[in-house]
Amino acid sequence: MEALGIDVLFKGTNALRLLQGLWIAVQISGISVALSIVLGVLLGIFMMWKNPVARAVSRLYLEIVRIMPQLALLYIVFFGATRVLGINLTAEFSAIIVFTFWGTGEMGDLVRGALASTPRHQYESAAALGLTRAQAYRYVIIPQAVRRLVPAAINLVTRMVKTTSLLLMIGIIEMMKVGQQIIEANRMTSPNAVFGIYGTIMLLYFAVCWPISLLANHLSKKWN
Amino acid sequence: MAEYLPLYKDAALLTLGIGWAGIAGAIVIGLAVALVVHFRIPVAKQICQAYVELFRNTPLLIQLFFFYFGLPRFGFSITPQFCGAFGLALHGGAYMAESFRSGFESVDRIQRETSLALGLTPLQAVRYVILPQAVTLAFPSFVANVIFLLKETSVFSAISLMDLMFVTKDLMGLYYRTTECLTMLVLFYLVILVPVSVAGSVIERRLRYGSFGN
Amino acid sequence: MADTNTAAAENADTVVKNAETNAAEALLEVEHLHKAYGEKVVLEDISLTVKRGEVVVIIGPSGCGKSTFLRCLNALEPIQGGSVRVAGVEVGADKRQLVALRQKVGMVFQSYDLFPHMTVLDNITLAPMKARGVGRAEAEAQARALLERVGLSDKADSFPRMLSGGQKQRVAIARALAMEPELLLLDEVTAALDPEMVREVLDVILDLAREGKTMVIVTHEMQFARAVADRVLFFDGGGIVEQDIPERFFAHPQTERAQRFLHTFEFDAVRTHEG
Repeated sequence: MEALGIDVLFKGTNALRLLQGLWIAVQISGISVALSIVLGVLLGIFMMWKNPVARAVSRLYLEIVRIMPQLALLYIVFFGATRVLGINLTAEFSAIIVFTFWGTGEMGDLVRGALASTPRHQYESAAALGLTRAQAYRYVIIPQAVRRLVPAAINLVTRMVKTTSLLLMIGIIEMMKVGQQIIEANRMTSPNAVFGIYGTIMLLYFAVCWPISLLANHLSKKWN
Repeated sequence: MAEYLPLYKDAALLTLGIGWAGIAGAIVIGLAVALVVHFRIPVAKQICQAYVELFRNTPLLIQLFFFYFGLPRFGFSITPQFCGAFGLALHGGAYMAESFRSGFESVDRIQRETSLALGLTPLQAVRYVILPQAVTLAFPSFVANVIFLLKETSVFSAISLMDLMFVTKDLMGLYYRTTECLTMLVLFYLVILVPVSVAGSVIERRLRYGSFGN
Repeated sequence: MADTNTAAAENADTVVKNAETNAAEALLEVEHLHKAYGEKVVLEDISLTVKRGEVVVIIGPSGCGKSTFLRCLNALEPIQGGSVRVAGVEVGADKRQLVALRQKVGMVFQSYDLFPHMTVLDNITLAPMKARGVGRAEAEAQARALLERVGLSDKADSFPRMLSGGQKQRVAIARALAMEPELLLLDEVTAALDPEMVREVLDVILDLAREGKTMVIVTHEMQFARAVADRVLFFDGGGIVEQDIPERFFAHPQTERAQRFLHTFEFDAVRTHEG
């Protein structure tokens, strides 16, 4: 135990503090995921519009999401907002803004993809059977689109959870930060703490993300 | 802003250098892992799958910390540059493996049977028939992975590599020129990533035109 | 890689040739073949001998095991009992001989399965060059001759997606012939084609039969079966129910199952309005 530096975890409230850190990370991703799903579905439908302005706007938005690193976005919101807009955002709030901005774009693209990939003849057969447009969506298109969408959307969730590790870099009290604090505090007594703490943090992330990934795999196998 | 330009340029070159080295490693690892899984090599297959799951389900930042601060404890001394490329290669390898694996899976089973029926060996079937198609099919997710990995390099500053994020934070702290620094940051990431994104979609379109429809 | 294969192929060649002298007439010998997926028996106790130059046509209802039988003949499916011998060499007995054996047995599938990333010419030359070590010039000359034979000499540089279904299937046949197989297996090669393209493919096969190519053909085209076959096998329930020369089989099937099967191809008039 000592060689691996896991012993630090059992000193005082260290283990508890790490878990609290994980809990904050989970909360931030939870809020962002919920917002992203709702806004993403709306965005996806918006992107199906044939209006050229709607297309150009959503295209630009998607390209920004696709190209800018999340950490750069975090810097821009956290440091930039203070400077440009004169408002002081907490790190947590900045994180939720950035993750939601990013998650909405990714989710919107998934929704659009799922809707667009439903074959044309499905729309036509539904119409030929005498279903109204709304009925066609309700009973034919949406059930198929959801099956295509859900596995990819779940994978997006794991990516959002993993991205919470970036919050360390703008100095939030979350799992990573807690890990660093524990390491600093035990530098003298447990020199191997780095190994144990980072190993544990890695496993904690794994423990959250892996089941979600498995679920996504399971659903995509079952439905495709 | 002009006076920061050389700093940002060096930082961008560092990001690109380590980023591409890591991505090259990721492609090699990913292809090897995908082949092991495709050929169902016992034991090696299970190890590869465990590797993919572990590295896909944990953040790159933690993996880098783990290697950077952890490995020296076991007597491996590594430079931040090596650590960055190494970490990115392992992290990216897991993603590339998934993308190649699903490429292999999407090639029709009967393509393999046809090749065998023609008298090719299983290895020849993979090399001449399955691999070229798998790579084509995997290309869109391959491009997405390359962009994703280039973006992931933004955490390199955590292991004290002087990349774009590092320079930005440094300059903001020193001179309080937040707006300028952040603008430069955005511009430089655009310069790095837009060409990759554009080239990717051009090649993708050409491949789609070139090789489908049996 | 290519060198070792060539060596292996040559080695196997001599084995096959030695065996040929012993096996005189019979090219394909199947004895008591048994095939099952787990508990489910698909083929039971099938014995069949095909002589050199003979054309055997297999017909039967879907799910009777006729396609599986064909796949067993070149070890695409492992068998659980009995034996298959091609030119005296047992199929599947030795993994290293498998490649050499498959080079003696050509197969064409229902879904053509051309390699979509290669031109028609490359599709045909791949196996001769890689599996037999033939040089490019020689392989291409042979490929062009084969394309000429199936009436597609102008398509050498096309990609598969530019061809019609019938053209693709003719290329697939040319590709199989390029390995100069002693035995050709055809698995419902016209089943995926539009009716107007069936003829062009069947004509190619009739030509092959005239030239004395040994073939085992699974088909649903009864008229074609009657024309091409030296012998018709009727499969049902995982076994050979009846076999005969086509003239007798189609005119007077002996078993009740064969009669019922042939009857499904006939329709009774339902017209109620006299024109």
